[in-house]
Amino acid sequence: MARNVLDALTAKFGGAILETSSAYGDDVAVVKRESLLDVAGFLKSDPAMAFDLPCYCTCVDYLGMEMLTVSPTTPLAVPSIPSALPPEAPRYAMVYELRSIKHRHRVRLKVPLHDNDLKLPTLSGLWAAFNWLERETYDMYGVAFEGHPDLRRIFMYDEFIGHPLRKDYPKERRQPLVRREWTDE
Amino acid sequence: MAEIKKLVLGRKVVEDLDEDQELPHELMTVNMGPSHPAMHGTVRIVLTVDGERVVESDVQPGFLHRCFEKESEYATYTQIFPYTDRLNYISPMINNVGYAMAVEKLLGLTDAVPVRAQYIRVIVSEISRITDHLTCVGASAMELGAFTPFLYFLKAREWLFELLEELSGARLTYSYVRIGGVVSDLTPDFNQRLTDLLDKIDGVMLEVEGLLNNNRIFRDRMEGVGPFSAAEALSFGLTGPCLRACGVDYDVRKDNPYLVYDRLEFDVPVGTAGDCFDRYLVRLEEMRQSIRMLRQAMRDIPAGPVIVDDPRVALPPKKEAYNTIEAMIRHFKHIVDGIRVPPGEAYAWCEGGNGELGFFVVADGTGRPWKCYCRSPSLINTQTVSKTIQGHLISDVVPIFGMINMIGGECDK
Repeated sequence: MARNVLDALTAKFGGAILETSSAYGDDVAVVKRESLLDVAGFLKSDPAMAFDLPCYCTCVDYLGMEMLTVSPTTPLAVPSIPSALPPEAPRYAMVYELRSIKHRHRVRLKVPLHDNDLKLPTLSGLWAAFNWLERETYDMYGVAFEGHPDLRRIFMYDEFIGHPLRKDYPKERRQPLVRREWTDE
Repeated sequence: MAEIKKLVLGRKVVEDLDEDQELPHELMTVNMGPSHPAMHGTVRIVLTVDGERVVESDVQPGFLHRCFEKESEYATYTQIFPYTDRLNYISPMINNVGYAMAVEKLLGLTDAVPVRAQYIRVIVSEISRITDHLTCVGASAMELGAFTPFLYFLKAREWLFELLEELSGARLTYSYVRIGGVVSDLTPDFNQRLTDLLDKIDGVMLEVEGLLNNNRIFRDRMEGVGPFSAAEALSFGLTGPCLRACGVDYDVRKDNPYLVYDRLEFDVPVGTAGDCFDRYLVRLEEMRQSIRMLRQAMRDIPAGPVIVDDPRVALPPKKEAYNTIEAMIRHFKHIVDGIRVPPGEAYAWCEGGNGELGFFVVADGTGRPWKCYCRSPSLINTQTVSKTIQGHLISDVVPIFGMINMIGGECDK
């Protein structure tokens, strides 16, 4: 049943759907950024799709990721490195998970994003839940959502510099928020 | 409500007063929280009020941000369990189970988890759901001035905490679940103790219902406060008891039965208006259903192992680890390198105390996750607060916020 969603998307949008997969039973459609709004609008309004419950959205930073393969048969598998990500591959992927209460199906949209062009249209106009979720993603990864009504940091404080969940933000870096009163002594 | 004029505080423009002799009013900004007795956890609400009425509000979470995701990326898969305990700290077992399910999905072990372990997970999850709802209802009643239900419910919660403490060794931060099963079997008299407790909790619930359900003050403060339509609730991603109070029968345990929930018989209570009183009633009924499920689970639980028999995932038994070199090495590799999870990404979700709790895990083949995102129901549910309290009185913020049951640790991650 859920496969229908991916088939419908491929049939309707063709080239805008870069890839579909159903690993682990999760249906994933990789969508071009330019078509994200159209695809999301179709998923929301088409009666056969009727995705009414937004689940979550987040971003994945693939910087420096090396995929290791683990053989399922050997105990304590020794990893080998088949391929690192090609250098021109997009560094980020935005992930949206949607669900339909009516049809009991769900889909995950992935939008690849390049480092120097980290922006995409907001979906908060379609589903209100994405307002805060996109703020969270902006806070943590610095993805700029165009047209977002209130794009502020949500967890970190305004004075915070950088985006903590990016892979090039060191875990040990501390940015204490201290207000000092300087006096002339 | 008359149209509100934006006036600078302290400067009244007399000629702007309208004819029908309305008292001059001006908007005022009030900070509620971050540390306020009526705020569960630490959250700040900047209210713009016109007299007693809320015109606009800005809910600001984040004061309890402890970098759950960043820390997870540097911890082995097993080391993340203690972090998940600290997400929703009044029902940590459900977090443990939800996270374990995501990793098991990536490992392809979902069906390999022994049936006894699945039953134990259901039992501890449902106990946690009861403690979650007890806290939510008790604390909300207290904030509305009814102190007795709070004491009764917290007493009942403490019984359950003691039981789980006996099981796991910790009162709150259990870390009881492991990938592929649970860390240890139920204690010998667990069944009997739980059965006794459930009877006692049934009694406490009757007492509290008698105190609250037809209490004039309680109903006046709850009924018709913060109603939400089903369509709006869905658009906000609301899940759990708050969504069911709006009349949508979405429950992960029925919709996508995980573990052994498909073998248990239970009903999903729904409300009609989606106001605070419905949310309260749904929570009470859910506790009843959890008790019903627990009784069935205790009756049906089979004997058997409690963790999957897979050397890649489970630690060797202590006796072997201390006496054979192979098991010793395995134990060492397990602790130092972690469980190697094949590359991939998966989302697993379960019914948490406040709604759909999910974990989106990206694995790169090493012993540590590349990314571990938590879909925390508290964060998404709290988003509805600023919408719901619009136009209500300041005093209504308290029941609305109480019934959303925002848990700081989970909301702020």
